[in-house]
Amino acid sequence: MSVDATTVRRIAHLARIAVSEDEVAPLQGELNAILAFVEQLGAVDVTGIEPMTSVTPMAMKKRTDTVTEGGHADDIVFNAPETEDHYFLVPKVVE
Amino acid sequence: MTTLNELTLADARDGLKAKDFSATDLAKAHLAAMEKARGLNAYILETPERALAMAEVADTKIAAGAARPLEGIPLGIKDLFCTHGVATTAGSKILEGFQPHYESAVTHNLWRDGAVMLGKLNLDEFAMGSSNETSAYGDTISPWRRNGSDTKLVPGGSSGGSAAAVAAHLCLGATATDTGGSIRQPAAFTGTVGIKPTYGRCSRWGTVAYASSLDQAGPIARTVRDCAILLGSMAGQDARDTTCADLPVPDFEAAVSRGVKGLTIGIPKEYRVEGLSAEVQALWDRGAEMLKDAGATVREISLPHTPYALPAYYIVAPAEASSNLARYDGVRYGLRVPGKDIAGMYENTRAAGFGREVKRRIMIGTYVLSAGYYDAYYVRAQKIRTLIKRDFEEAYASGIDAILTPATPSAAFGLGEKGSGDPVEMYLQDVFTITVNMAGLPGLSVPAGLDAQGLPLGLQLIGRPFDEETLFAAAQVIETAAGRTKLPAAWWA
Amino acid sequence: MTAAVNPKKLIKGGLHDWEVVIGMEIHAQVTSRSKLFSGAATEFGGEPNDHVSLVDAAMPGMLPVINEECVAQAVRTGLGLKAQINHRSVFDRKNYFYPDLPQGYQISQFKDPIVGEGTVLVDLPDGETITVGVERLHLEQDAGKSLHDQNPTQSFVDLNRSGVALMEIVSRPDLRSSEEARAYVTKLRTILRYLGTCDGDMEKGSLRADVNVSVRLPGDPLGTRCEIKNVNSIRFIGQAIEVEARRQIAIIEDGGTISQETRLFDPGKGETRSMRSKEEAHDYRYFPDPDLLPLEFDQAYVDRLAEGLPELPDAKKARFIEAYGLSPYDAGVLIAERSSADYFEAVAKGRDGKAAANWVINELFGRLNKEGKGIETSPVSADQLGAVVDLIGEGVISGKIAKDLFEIVWTEGGDPRALVESRGMKQVTDTGAIETAIDAIIAKNPDKVQQAKEKPTLLGWFVGQTMKATGGKANPAAVNALLKAKLGIE
Ligand SMILES: [Mg+2]
Ligand SMILES: [Zn+2]
Repeated sequence: MSVDATTVRRIAHLARIAVSEDEVAPLQGELNAILAFVEQLGAVDVTGIEPMTSVTPMAMKKRTDTVTEGGHADDIVFNAPETEDHYFLVPKVVE
Repeated sequence: MTTLNELTLADARDGLKAKDFSATDLAKAHLAAMEKARGLNAYILETPERALAMAEVADTKIAAGAARPLEGIPLGIKDLFCTHGVATTAGSKILEGFQPHYESAVTHNLWRDGAVMLGKLNLDEFAMGSSNETSAYGDTISPWRRNGSDTKLVPGGSSGGSAAAVAAHLCLGATATDTGGSIRQPAAFTGTVGIKPTYGRCSRWGTVAYASSLDQAGPIARTVRDCAILLGSMAGQDARDTTCADLPVPDFEAAVSRGVKGLTIGIPKEYRVEGLSAEVQALWDRGAEMLKDAGATVREISLPHTPYALPAYYIVAPAEASSNLARYDGVRYGLRVPGKDIAGMYENTRAAGFGREVKRRIMIGTYVLSAGYYDAYYVRAQKIRTLIKRDFEEAYASGIDAILTPATPSAAFGLGEKGSGDPVEMYLQDVFTITVNMAGLPGLSVPAGLDAQGLPLGLQLIGRPFDEETLFAAAQVIETAAGRTKLPAAWWA
Repeated sequence: MTAAVNPKKLIKGGLHDWEVVIGMEIHAQVTSRSKLFSGAATEFGGEPNDHVSLVDAAMPGMLPVINEECVAQAVRTGLGLKAQINHRSVFDRKNYFYPDLPQGYQISQFKDPIVGEGTVLVDLPDGETITVGVERLHLEQDAGKSLHDQNPTQSFVDLNRSGVALMEIVSRPDLRSSEEARAYVTKLRTILRYLGTCDGDMEKGSLRADVNVSVRLPGDPLGTRCEIKNVNSIRFIGQAIEVEARRQIAIIEDGGTISQETRLFDPGKGETRSMRSKEEAHDYRYFPDPDLLPLEFDQAYVDRLAEGLPELPDAKKARFIEAYGLSPYDAGVLIAERSSADYFEAVAKGRDGKAAANWVINELFGRLNKEGKGIETSPVSADQLGAVVDLIGEGVISGKIAKDLFEIVWTEGGDPRALVESRGMKQVTDTGAIETAIDAIIAKNPDKVQQAKEKPTLLGWFVGQTMKATGGKANPAAVNALLKAKLGIE
């Protein structure tokens, strides 16, 4: 499988990465090189094989239902580029 | 005379305990060396005040006879580990100015044991790379040079800053992380020892994620023993990481001198890849001889799905990364570049904040997970992972205790030499190390000699799950037999 | 497969009668103290970003750890829906960018949910009972909240809700009218509240519905559906379905086609409108969350949770009908809330069930409704109401006096038995005293006595006069018997 320029733009938008027109062709080439490289996986017979979901066989650890965090809005917004009254600010979202 | 920063970690520890020198002396020796070595660009950030403050505490503890296991030991920290109140960048512009208000589990464990932080080490951006050339904070230069050449060489990656700093005596040891070979390949390139422990041995909490199912922290140090000491502190259970194993941490240092008598070492024939240089093949054979001489049995084994590990990795890792890196959106931390609306802000921020390689991997990951391609790529790759793991399980079930392979296909290369046209050329760097991440196993790289140009080469030992002890024992045999590699004169200082 | 079409449920268009087909995705907030994957509080409200952990804010390097109580709550709910409990389920990431989704993905369950197929029995007001299939129930994270009205150019993001556990309960497209849809949500809410797994408080957003609506001519295959997102009251669910169905019918009858899309219901304007912002790039790239292992448990775990479950609405209703002789309607009213059912049972214990139901439903509920009170704050306790029912049963007071007594207990409180004594409300059963009163009335109204012989319905007039003369305290049965004898009426 290989990608065309339209797909490159679609993927870039899905990944929310601005791509300028002159970046599309080189990206297309690089992505296709990688896709060509992984093509060889098609040769492996995977009939009846379970996809790996976890590399170590162990039971999932769980938390008890207690409140252990919170009350640190200062810390939560400390690194934010724009805040007001402990809210994060973003360009207006229209629904 | 050996200066303080050239001691091994174990010797420094003993010297501190014997009060031959103080932790402050030791820290100062390192800070001075770091200042002189800025040309290597191993550190993104030096933290001298913190280092001296921590050393002072260490001296007080030592004086009170209350020294902790790593009391006063100066370390470098890969800038992928979040450090409380100290800028953490992951080698990316997108995290510019980010100051975590928390401490990663691994570094927390080191400080708990008395270690001293010298600064944050350079790395490939978000740990994506094999040469440290994708860092937004500039290339790290290896302290090694080819005989009679002043070509700048890469230290390997992604833990290139860690490996270069350890090799150039800019810390006694360093933290590192390994998703596809990022500890073992730079260790091999710089004549240092690095271990990627079993997946789940170290907590991932507070370490910036690249590919969650593959990422694992480990140490790089100058000797096998130093690595064992560091891993003993870094590892441990953590309720905050669901994938962290609930197992006690063994006495790794004690395992170093265990020897290999009675062990069976496997030599996987699939690693004898096409184009493997005669030099690397000879080194590999020599390594097997060293183990045999020490009483191990060496036997050829087959790991038939080895050739598929690298392509499968370049589906699984980018897929996970595309999702893990979605949080860098300019809202809560790091870089923000305005746009005409919210989507424009996201797109501009991520376009400016991420480098080429990171964008490439995010895009590949986005593509292989997208509608219509998920089964063909991601699910198939995860099935192949099952097969790769099964290969190892069968080898171990047949009585193999550890596996010996080359660590890298070649010695270090020059800056800008690889991967500029075809990204896959660079990816091939990890061909020997990547299977270990795919199967979640422990893998260790130990220097075993120099190539014809005088550059270090490493061998890799692969172990059973949670049996890092056997790797330390076997690596010590190789280190003893091969002798420690000697770094050329400090041309950078 | 398709049930017979009920013509009464069809919607009249300009040209045809249309069948509306509805399926629902209910998001029910799991009752828990802390969030699904972090230790921050789930408490409603709070200062902005106060109930937020490093995990909820998706700080670099943060990892989710699952809350065991949320798992238990999902299993309890599955049991309450008589659904298949999956001993192994998987958490997936649903990837999309939105400012109130800090991770850039929602942790949800896509391929392998914790609960599989189940059913909900829904009673309709006309007595019909329908079975609604539940396709699945899965656990997922709630998103944060964006405020859009604070500033002309910016939205404000608060992550207090980010990471709160939700159960998404997906129904089959088994509903055929807005009334059925409302009844389904009401019933589901009742079940969740009985289980204690969701408080069902729709005002606080604890229960929200995504409603899938399509229309078709009876017998045709399913039409193209539109999803109306986040409807947050049962009344609005009904309205949204009505206007959306009519919108679709108008388009189709006009020769147009319906395009599958996400819409928003605007209760103010009484219309649905397209949410274009949610439309673009509908590729969520689901894959198993590599930070979490599969969720696994054994049957013993499920059994332990099953043992701890309360009696559920359907079982309780059946028991009320059986044990207390109630009509299905009355039983249905009483079981709608667990607290009313408990109240009723306390009143009915050792008494006549029908009488108890009558008093609870007609007098108590009527009065509570009038005052806008809930059963939990009823001024009349089950013991007090029980005593009133006893006093009637024992013939100490008449039904009419009982209503006065109820009123006194409601406003002043006190022991009903003592009140009857102290206020002289006891019923007169002494036939001598009643006879005296009757004799006086007969003597005063000889014309009426004459008429009563031809027109026995006049008896009622005499009963009324007698009751009046005795201050309402005469035993009505005794009055009746004596009057009949004296007037010579059969
Ligand atoms: Mg949904
Ligand atoms: Zn949902």
